Amino acid sequence: MSGSKSPRERVAPHISCLPRSGIRDFFDIVSEMKDVISLGIGEPDFVTPWRMRESTIYALDHGHTGYTSNLGLTECRKACCEYVETYFGASYDPFKECIITVGVSEALDLALRALLSPGDEVIYHEPCYVSYAPTVRMAHAVPVPVVTREEDGFALRAEAVRRQLTPRTKALLLNYPNNPTGGDLTADDKAALARLAVENDLIVLTDEIYSELTYGERSPSIASLPGMHERTIFLHGFSKAFAMTGYRIGYACGPQDLIEAMMKIHQYTMLCACGFAQETAIEALRKGQKEMAAMRDEYEQRRNVIVKRLNELGLHCFMPKGAFYAFPRIAETGLTAKDFALTLLRRKKVAVVPGTAFGPCGEGYVRCAYATSMKDIETAMARIGEFLQEIRAGK
Amino acid sequence: MDTCEKRRKILQVLQARARLTAEQIGDRLQLPAAEVAALIEAMEADGTLLGYRALVRPEAAGNGEVRAIIEVEVQPEREGGFDRVARAIARFDEVRDVYLVSGRYDLRLEVVGDSLQEVALFVASKLASIQGVKGTATYFLLKKYKEAGFVLEKGEEYERLKVSA
Repeated sequence: MSGSKSPRERVAPHISCLPRSGIRDFFDIVSEMKDVISLGIGEPDFVTPWRMRESTIYALDHGHTGYTSNLGLTECRKACCEYVETYFGASYDPFKECIITVGVSEALDLALRALLSPGDEVIYHEPCYVSYAPTVRMAHAVPVPVVTREEDGFALRAEAVRRQLTPRTKALLLNYPNNPTGGDLTADDKAALARLAVENDLIVLTDEIYSELTYGERSPSIASLPGMHERTIFLHGFSKAFAMTGYRIGYACGPQDLIEAMMKIHQYTMLCACGFAQETAIEALRKGQKEMAAMRDEYEQRRNVIVKRLNELGLHCFMPKGAFYAFPRIAETGLTAKDFALTLLRRKKVAVVPGTAFGPCGEGYVRCAYATSMKDIETAMARIGEFLQEIRAGK
Repeated sequence: MDTCEKRRKILQVLQARARLTAEQIGDRLQLPAAEVAALIEAMEADGTLLGYRALVRPEAAGNGEVRAIIEVEVQPEREGGFDRVARAIARFDEVRDVYLVSGRYDLRLEVVGDSLQEVALFVASKLASIQGVKGTATYFLLKKYKEAGFVLEKGEEYERLKVSA
């Protein structure tokens, strides 16, 4: 028909401009292959401990299948706040300062949407979890990455943040121990970042999802430092330490006004987190410490083995302080991170994730998750050894 | 890590995986293989490490043994309480485990034999006749579902996504 209007853009520009996750591309290739040893998996290889699964079954058996209050079960919020107070040294009121969410992913989305106006800036560190920049963009705000380096243990330094401050800087987003590097912040790093946040009136979002999986001393959470309670949103969940990824259950603790704002978005978009997952979370927090510690000890042993092997193979690897990822440098092979990962996968059927999936500064690195059996780790290391020999021989 | 801590960590690894080499244990614990080997040897010598045994599916090794749990009621003695009787029982090769327990009876044994008759005969002729044994109750084991933390019937494996963030 003549005179018809040119078709309107169907997808909103701030969504269509989001890049596809680098992980997604990889996933599609790996899914088609057989007998792959995957060091690309960002979730525990342990099944959820029976103690927790049994409590889910109990909840279902007793018909606990309805909605809960928007904030989540009172008992679940109490359990979260008790836990955060005991292990992180930050106290929150379960009735006003805590919300149960569908994983940390939802909690982060709620926090960002509650805080940000179009054009506001959020400073965070790269390499980092793949969702940070997109989640900031979906809140119509501007992600401002700060590069972290191996020589600093991949820690975010306050002076590097200071250089990126503008009048629009609203929040600082942290994830330590870190996916994908395994880096962590020292008590001094946290104190310096806290001072900077207070001086510049920033809100700090701290994604603590790997905190229990810290090997060695864990420094107190930034949420517990002086002046930080009023400006920190503490985000945590059950996926990693308690091996409950599929339950999609997490929580946020923070000052009342911010939790109230997050609750508004949550009540209209999600209503509540799954009730029987909340009951399972209570069991995990109050009774699941032993199971969690056993998994952490096993991860620590795997970390020691995989890092030693990688270094023996000539891939320099930083000793991760936490989480379950090794982040070896592969730049010396002459391959880009993506080519290294793709060629390794095709030739040796070992899947690793290119460092660039976690930000451009991940170039020269790959992420090897050690949330897989020691046997698979050893086999994968042997195959990577063969691969490196082939490359060095110019094949 | 002090020596005490090292010994404890090595024992924890061995309790779960006794076949690991000193080098493999060392890699897991960030200790030199030679040091691990020396500590293991010392613990074998001082009786901390009693031995290593394979956990085997019943009958797989072909020794077709019959097992029984036996409760033993004992007359305690003025000197030594239950110790003399417990030690006397522990000397028999048929007896795998001996525990002093709280509750209705005093000693709990696990006994093995080639047949029901053999175990029954052992109870009647050897065990019950020990001076100080007041009574026994024998429970033959019919089927094993879990041993030392290992569930014998494997459930189906759940496959994770092959790559995830």
